[in-house]
Amino acid sequence: MDDIDKAIVNRLQQGFPICESPYRAVAEQMGITEIQLLDRLKALLADGVLSRFGPMYHAEQMGGALTLAALKVPDERFDKVAEIVNAFPEVAHNYARNHVLNMWFVLATEQPEQVQTVIAEIEKQTGLTVYNMPKISEYYVGLQLEA
Amino acid sequence: MQLEAIDRQIIQTTQAGLPLVAEPYQAIAEQLDLSAEEVMQRISNMQQNGVIRRIAAVPNHYKLGYRYNGMTVWDVDDKHVDALGQRVAELPFVSHCYQRPRYLPDWPYNLFAMVHGKTEQDAERQIAIIAELLGSDVRRNTVLYSTKILKKTGLRIAG
Repeated sequence: MDDIDKAIVNRLQQGFPICESPYRAVAEQMGITEIQLLDRLKALLADGVLSRFGPMYHAEQMGGALTLAALKVPDERFDKVAEIVNAFPEVAHNYARNHVLNMWFVLATEQPEQVQTVIAEIEKQTGLTVYNMPKISEYYVGLQLEA
Repeated sequence: MQLEAIDRQIIQTTQAGLPLVAEPYQAIAEQLDLSAEEVMQRISNMQQNGVIRRIAAVPNHYKLGYRYNGMTVWDVDDKHVDALGQRVAELPFVSHCYQRPRYLPDWPYNLFAMVHGKTEQDAERQIAIIAELLGSDVRRNTVLYSTKILKKTGLRIAG
C-alpha cells in the first residue's frame, strides 16, 4: 500500500457522496483521477485490505435485529462448526477469539424473531449452547482505523 | 418500521457493495428498472432515517496492521454501568462500547469495549487506560483477542 492507497482507505471510511458521478467527486477532492480511484479501490477489495465498500445497513433501523453470540467449540470441531455457523446468511461477522468461549459471531436479521430461530437452528446443527448477548445499551460505535 | 419493497430491492442490490463503475447509482437503477434520481433519493432517505449508517469502506483490521483487536470485557456494578460505559466510549481508541447480559457463572462481564492495536503493547496500553478509568468499580476483567476472521460480509437479507 502506498500513500495514495492509504489516503483512499482513510477517505472512504468517512463516507461517500450520493450524486451522479460520486467516484469522480471523491477523486477530485483527493487530487487523483476517477479511473485511478476505481482501479485502486478494486485492487484494495481484491487484496482484502477492504472487506467491503458500499452502504452500511443498520439491521435495527430496518425493523430487524442484531445480536452478538458466542460458542464454546471443542478444538477438534472448530473448523466444522465455523463452516456451519458461516453458512447462515444472517451471520454477518464471525471471529475466533482466545477464550473458552472461542467463537463470537454477529447475527443481523431482517425480522426480530429470526434471531431466536437462527440461534435454535445453530444449536441444533452444532449440538452446542449459543450464548446470546444482545446489547442492553450502546454507548458508542464508530472509530475509523487509520491506514 | 417495515421497509418499502423498492428500498428492500435497493438493499439487496447493494449488500455485496456499491457498483465499481463511474455512475454506480445509475447502474443500480438500470438493474431495478428505476431512474437514477429515484435511487439516489431513496438511498439518501435511508441514510437520513438511519437504515444506512453511511456509505463507506470497511477495512480488514489485520491488513492495515492492526493485529491486536481486543474485545475487552469488564464486570462492573449494574448501577454504575451506564455512567462508566459513557466514559469508556469517550476514549478515542474505543471503537464499540456496549452493555451486554452476563451468563453466570461462565461469563460475569457486562461491559464490552473494543480496542485495536498494531502491537500488543499498544493494545495493552489502551486496556490499562480503560482499567484506570474504571478504577475500583471493576470486579473482574479480561480481554479476548481475535485470532482469525472467520467471516466478515456484513448484513445480508434473503432474496
